[in-house]
Amino acid sequence: MRSSRVPSHALLSRALGWSALAALAVDAWWGLWVSPPDVVQGQFVRMLYVHPAVATMCYAGFGLCAVASIAWLWPRLRSPRWDRLAVAGAEVGAVFCAATLITGSIWGRASWGVWWTWDARLTLTAILFALSLGYLALRRAIATPSARATVSSMVALLMALTVVVDHYATDWFVTLHQGETLPVPSPTVHGWQLATMLESFVAFGLLFAWLVVHRYRMETLEERYDAGAYTLALRSRRSEGGSVAAGLTVAAKHTTPAVVLPGAGAGAGAGTGTGTGTLGGAAASSVSAQRTVEVPAR
Amino acid sequence: MWRDAWVIAGKDLRIEARSKVALNQLGPYAIVVLLIFGFAFDQDRPLLTQAAPGLFWVGVVFSGVLAVQRSLGIESADGALDNLRLSRLEPAGIFLGKTVAVALQLVVLELLLAFGVVVLFHSELAGAGLLLASGLVSALGVAAAGVAYATVSSGLRARETLLPLLLVPVLAPIVLSATEAWRSALGLSAADGWRWLGLLSCFTAIYVAGGVVCFGSLMEET
Repeated sequence: MRSSRVPSHALLSRALGWSALAALAVDAWWGLWVSPPDVVQGQFVRMLYVHPAVATMCYAGFGLCAVASIAWLWPRLRSPRWDRLAVAGAEVGAVFCAATLITGSIWGRASWGVWWTWDARLTLTAILFALSLGYLALRRAIATPSARATVSSMVALLMALTVVVDHYATDWFVTLHQGETLPVPSPTVHGWQLATMLESFVAFGLLFAWLVVHRYRMETLEERYDAGAYTLALRSRRSEGGSVAAGLTVAAKHTTPAVVLPGAGAGAGAGTGTGTGTLGGAAASSVSAQRTVEVPAR
Repeated sequence: MWRDAWVIAGKDLRIEARSKVALNQLGPYAIVVLLIFGFAFDQDRPLLTQAAPGLFWVGVVFSGVLAVQRSLGIESADGALDNLRLSRLEPAGIFLGKTVAVALQLVVLELLLAFGVVVLFHSELAGAGLLLASGLVSALGVAAAGVAYATVSSGLRARETLLPLLLVPVLAPIVLSATEAWRSALGLSAADGWRWLGLLSCFTAIYVAGGVVCFGSLMEET
């Protein structure tokens, strides 16, 4: 019988999701209706309530990835959870980086008259995006979990270095991009503009946290699925030892049998380890294929 | 470490001297890249002269990617990389040796490309000290980052496509600062080229230091 009790991580996810949605709605309301137009930029100032917050979340994503990568590389702290956190941060950071480039381009067209200019801040952000795509491609290319975590952690550190240079680009280089809007203690915006801008950081921060939590959980489920599939294939292979001839008959008759996989698939049930999923014929048929190949060798 | 680096650099350079891949393939490829740039700019001579430093360094990066791919490619055959792992050579020494070997090949390519830029784009080389210094430092930087990333991708099936995706963004700061240094040396920009050389040296130092520290782990994991 299925329990009606909701797991704590699901409650956290729901709370974050609904809070993010509400905060984004408030951001849209204040940004589009309550906040007045700017003296210089007019209506285009409303990009202020999206672009800086999105860019900050991009940095937060890559920062989280770098911190988790350092924790993975530190022998005393090494744990798979750091690797999960690193990939979650990098992937969400890449999404926010793409959003930063898009919103920045729209704002640039309105303010500077061009979609793109070879400014230090813009160029470095584009390089950062390319680096993040490389990082994610690298992760997909390495099959062994520990090797994947170690190698990608080293690449992540270089990405973090680019984040630092990108952040200080407006101070270190002569750029078209404006400097900090919220320097402490004297911000360059006030009143509703300041309030809406701060609210946008809260809204996108909640969205960021919600996405990271989900991506982390997805990574956990994928690992469980992979571990389950491996265990199942191993068990299936061991159980064949008794009768090769019988196995050959089975392989001939059932080329794509469905295999029940404990604790995998089936949506939320897989996360709690109580559900059941189905591993398609691929693993089972590959086991059968190995069996047919091994007969002449014996 | 330095002795190991010398051994590896000597080995790689001997292989190149015997196979002549850099001379017979990379050199012509680099010249073809310059010719393609000429076609792309439709033989607009003033524009080509203006853009010559940038085109030169893009040519160096494209050729550099192939050079580092080749450098680690020779270790992939016949389990040579496993033998290197099992040898008593220090990983940092292996990294430095391969970096120096690739950097020397890149310096030769740079000389060839510089000749091509003068002949094809009508550039007049001036400020020899700055040109030479930025050429040497950036060759080392490209080689260091290239060897580290080629090691990362060497054991992977998609290495041919993955390496440029990983490496080219990393080399962007080197291309930017080397281009600006050359523009200053050739009198195409009023910026202080020696400051750009300083930035170039910083990035090169980071890549070399990062490679020395991480290369052992990279070799173990790939």
